[in-house]
Amino acid sequence: MNNIKYILGSFGDPDEMMHGIQKLQDNNIKIHDVYTPMPIHGIEAKLGVKRSRLDIAAFFFGITGTMTMLSFVYFAAAYDWPINIGGKPHFALPDFIPITFELTILFCAFGLVGSYYASTHLFPGRAPRVMDLRATDDRFIIAIDAKENAEHSKIDDLLKEAGALEVKYNERKYVSYE
Amino acid sequence: MGTHNYNLTEQFEFTGKAKNLSIIAIVIGLLAIGYGFSAEALHERTFANLLLMAYYFACVCMSGAFFLAVQFVAQAGWSASILRVPQAMAKALPIAVVILIAVMAAGLYTHNLYHHWNAPGLTDPKSENFDKLIQGKSAFLNVPFFMARQVIFLGVYSIFALLLARLSNNEDLEGGLNSYRKSFKYSCVFLVIYGFTTPIFAFDTVMSLEAHWFSTMFGWYNFAAMWVSSLATIAVIIILLRKSGYMAWVNNSHLHNLGQFIFGFSIFWTYVWFAQFLLIYYANMPEETVYFYKRFDNYEFWFYLNLILNFLAPLLLLMDRDNKRQENILLTVSIIVLCGHWVDYYQMIMPGTVEEHHGFGIIEIGTAVGFVGLFTFTVLNGLSKKPLIAKNHPFLQESLNHHL
Repeated sequence: MNNIKYILGSFGDPDEMMHGIQKLQDNNIKIHDVYTPMPIHGIEAKLGVKRSRLDIAAFFFGITGTMTMLSFVYFAAAYDWPINIGGKPHFALPDFIPITFELTILFCAFGLVGSYYASTHLFPGRAPRVMDLRATDDRFIIAIDAKENAEHSKIDDLLKEAGALEVKYNERKYVSYE
Repeated sequence: MGTHNYNLTEQFEFTGKAKNLSIIAIVIGLLAIGYGFSAEALHERTFANLLLMAYYFACVCMSGAFFLAVQFVAQAGWSASILRVPQAMAKALPIAVVILIAVMAAGLYTHNLYHHWNAPGLTDPKSENFDKLIQGKSAFLNVPFFMARQVIFLGVYSIFALLLARLSNNEDLEGGLNSYRKSFKYSCVFLVIYGFTTPIFAFDTVMSLEAHWFSTMFGWYNFAAMWVSSLATIAVIIILLRKSGYMAWVNNSHLHNLGQFIFGFSIFWTYVWFAQFLLIYYANMPEETVYFYKRFDNYEFWFYLNLILNFLAPLLLLMDRDNKRQENILLTVSIIVLCGHWVDYYQMIMPGTVEEHHGFGIIEIGTAVGFVGLFTFTVLNGLSKKPLIAKNHPFLQESLNHHL
């Protein structure tokens, strides 16, 4: 029993990588994930990545900001300390729309930065988890779970046929904890 | 890159139902205008409606030229395959300009329009009509200079609109990058001219109906209105063409882009509308609040309807990504926005002309139907003259493979 956790096919060209994905899928080999140094058009559809729910999160962060500001302004200007400003109603909505709008955006932006950190496990001061460092530079990496797919030599052949420059067998999931 | 088998010489045939309906609409419009001029008491209301629709017509057409120029200057690729639609709108601009200038000239001559600054004795200190504010503005607001500005601005827009359409035609015949480079250059010049002159055009045509009041936001407010209504028109034309079997290359990514444009500029319109409203509301100075006082007094329904149709409807219906990609939803929202900007212009123009004697009846509906018919007829007629795709556009492949 070996300790190989992940098989990484390292490609030098995005088209060859897409070809490799196709080959693996044709042979019913499940792909763990793909890492590329740049966005590849249409790869989400090919890998069947679920649509991001970031927009829904954005909506709820935004609406939280709206509600926070409106309730605070109501509390401050109409309930706790009402002041007559230019004879207008205490809770004169048009006056408070700009600040409500700003707070909506602020909550939305901060909330999304937080969600992004949470979902990618990136936090300031933490070394990023990377499966292959060259995926951040010039290589296109297909990662396959070695425990789930037993036919390692077949995967090796398929990747090399598709044009992989290198196939790695990693005993650790991530290489850059250091 | 997929290969496509689109018919790049496909041409729109302007016959049958579209032609008949637009001619019927023009006849309805003429009858309604005839009815409006049959009674002395209705003259001013008819003129106000003619101004409204002529302004709307001209604005949609000139923003079609603006759309072309923006695409060229941004060197946009996605729109290369739909450019013939805004081109057809731009080619209809000279007709719209002639109508608008005729309406304004007739309105000035008969004192049915712009009588707030163009009535006898307004600038004569001895007259009982003397108006000090109007006298102070008379160096700018006088008939010769007013008409000269209109003719120059609209003339320049028309020249650029026709120029861009002609360059695209040359491109079809000759190929190569020459026409594209020239279009880019002329578009840059056009955008600078357009950006500086449309606010003045809006000040003249609409804001001077109430010449005592002024707002520096008004020009951009109108610009946003004309731009978003033009985008909605482009979307309507493309979707209807697709539904009748033309333009098979337009996919839902193109619709998505148009939907984003309509969504974004509806929000922009609201932003500018609100920027104008908030400052006046907050400062609460009588000489400024008079504008909204008039609109709350007699036009409350139209005032709120304006915001519902132009802000809430696109905001709620187009926010979702999937909705922007569905042609029926996009078509519905575009039509709502187009009706909304009619309401927008209505509550800009009517309080300054017919004031409390406004109405919504045969004249309003008939004039609007007539101009819609005229617009459809001229634009579709222009569209049928050339193939529906600019086959030598350098970014055509990018547009045919457009995918978001």
